Amino acid sequence: MAMLEIKDLSVFYGVIQALKGISFEVNEGEVIALIGANGAGKTTTLHTLTGILPAKSGSIMFNGTELTKTPAHKIVKMGIAHVPEGRRIFQQLTVLDNLKLGAFTRNDKDGIAEDMNLIYKRFPRLEERKSQIAGTLSGGEQQMLAMGRALMSRPKIIVMDEPSMGLSPIFVSEIFDIIESIRKDGMTVLLVEQNAKKALAIADRAYVLETGRITLSGKASDLINDEKVKKAYLGE
Amino acid sequence: MAFLDNLINGISLGSIYAVIALGYTLVYGIAKMLNFAHGDVIMVGGYVIFTAMTSMHLNGYLSVLIAILCCTILGIVIEKIAYKPLRQATSLAVLITAIGVSYFLQNMALLIFGEKPVTFTSVVNIPKISLFDGQIVIKSEAVASIIISVLIVIFLSLFINKTKSGRAMLAVSEDKDAARLMGINVNKTISLTFAIGSGLAAVAGALLCSTYPVLSNTTGAMPGIKAFVAAVFGGIGSIPGAMIGGLLIGVIEILGRAYISPQLADAIVFAVLIVVLMVKPTGILGKKVNEKV
Repeated sequence: MAMLEIKDLSVFYGVIQALKGISFEVNEGEVIALIGANGAGKTTTLHTLTGILPAKSGSIMFNGTELTKTPAHKIVKMGIAHVPEGRRIFQQLTVLDNLKLGAFTRNDKDGIAEDMNLIYKRFPRLEERKSQIAGTLSGGEQQMLAMGRALMSRPKIIVMDEPSMGLSPIFVSEIFDIIESIRKDGMTVLLVEQNAKKALAIADRAYVLETGRITLSGKASDLINDEKVKKAYLGE
Repeated sequence: MAFLDNLINGISLGSIYAVIALGYTLVYGIAKMLNFAHGDVIMVGGYVIFTAMTSMHLNGYLSVLIAILCCTILGIVIEKIAYKPLRQATSLAVLITAIGVSYFLQNMALLIFGEKPVTFTSVVNIPKISLFDGQIVIKSEAVASIIISVLIVIFLSLFINKTKSGRAMLAVSEDKDAARLMGINVNKTISLTFAIGSGLAAVAGALLCSTYPVLSNTTGAMPGIKAFVAAVFGGIGSIPGAMIGGLLIGVIEILGRAYISPQLADAIVFAVLIVVLMVKPTGILGKKVNEKV
């Protein structure tokens, strides 16, 4: 059984249908990329998954539990961490407070301290700046903080929305290196990216989303050589 | 010496405004709404204390505790019934609802306690302070108001900055959806904010009615508005701002009453607010708010 199974999911913004019955699955340990143009419904998919948006119909099963009727704050506790588009870190709080908020659902003091150390090891820059106000970090550092914050919930799957958006090329490479190292540790990742080339290079499988429908799916290594994908998303 | 006397009265009144303003500022900071019924919760607190002391013959401090409990529950109920259904509505709809709640509370009090103001017995029984061989006497109510408001500001700041619930409030205040993604129950956090704000209103009610011992159904209205001015003055959303704003409004009001004109005192308060907002629109300690699109 897949860890995460989405079936016939439909989502509306008022009268506009953003998702027109999409289905896909994520298995444990996989990195899945969701690619597509602006407005295809990638962010909507993630927001519905983590309970920020309500689903009109369809189902989202996570390890056997239906998520479409579960409030957002309970979904985090079940093991899904969301790194939102635009990072959405708490700008007025310190780096440390942001990380502590990431562990909000947990009560195991020792485990939290342990994970905090792991995160500082993965992102040394966050440790250097832990008492700094998060809003003063650079874009790349803010992205690292958003990722660290998500990892602090000790998730089973991490969902990332455009982690490379608006970053300088050096930071983009660094962010993808981090995703690579997170997957090596056995984390399951669902990645939404405009940077299709990088996303396909790192993913096991991928789904192509077009105006609310999944139009293509398969192994990332196959999709990267697909003529249609090349033309539409890889700029070749 | 008369000036010092007036100054102390101003600080005492300002301390009460500060306690009310804290409730305004807390709810505004976290729920992003102006709870115009906040002043009337003060009046409810006053009547609860009055009833507990006169009808049930309880002592003052116990009566205040009961009032805090009642107002805390009242705050949670008001939020649940009147404001929660409007979470997605325009801020104007929420504002009008708050005014509706305010009138509802005033009229309920009118119905239950009648239109004749009652005389409130002070709940404060600490000694007064005499300075300069008795030339200046600080009334016990003034001493209590000042000490209690300072304690509240300290505890509230510690609670918000040092506890998990407080950190959740800060997170909700900045970004509700991001807070949800951390596993924070936003509705519960907003409910907690109303509970604290309304509990503070009960304390303010005890101090206000002890200092100015006449209680009617509109007792909370004007202090509520002045405290709102204080919160804006100090920078709405800021806890130290509410304290500074409250003290300044209290001092300006009393000094204006004494040295300029008793009739114009309220007008002076609002005139000062207008000037401050022209010079610094976010208030004294207010942060610049980046509206997200």
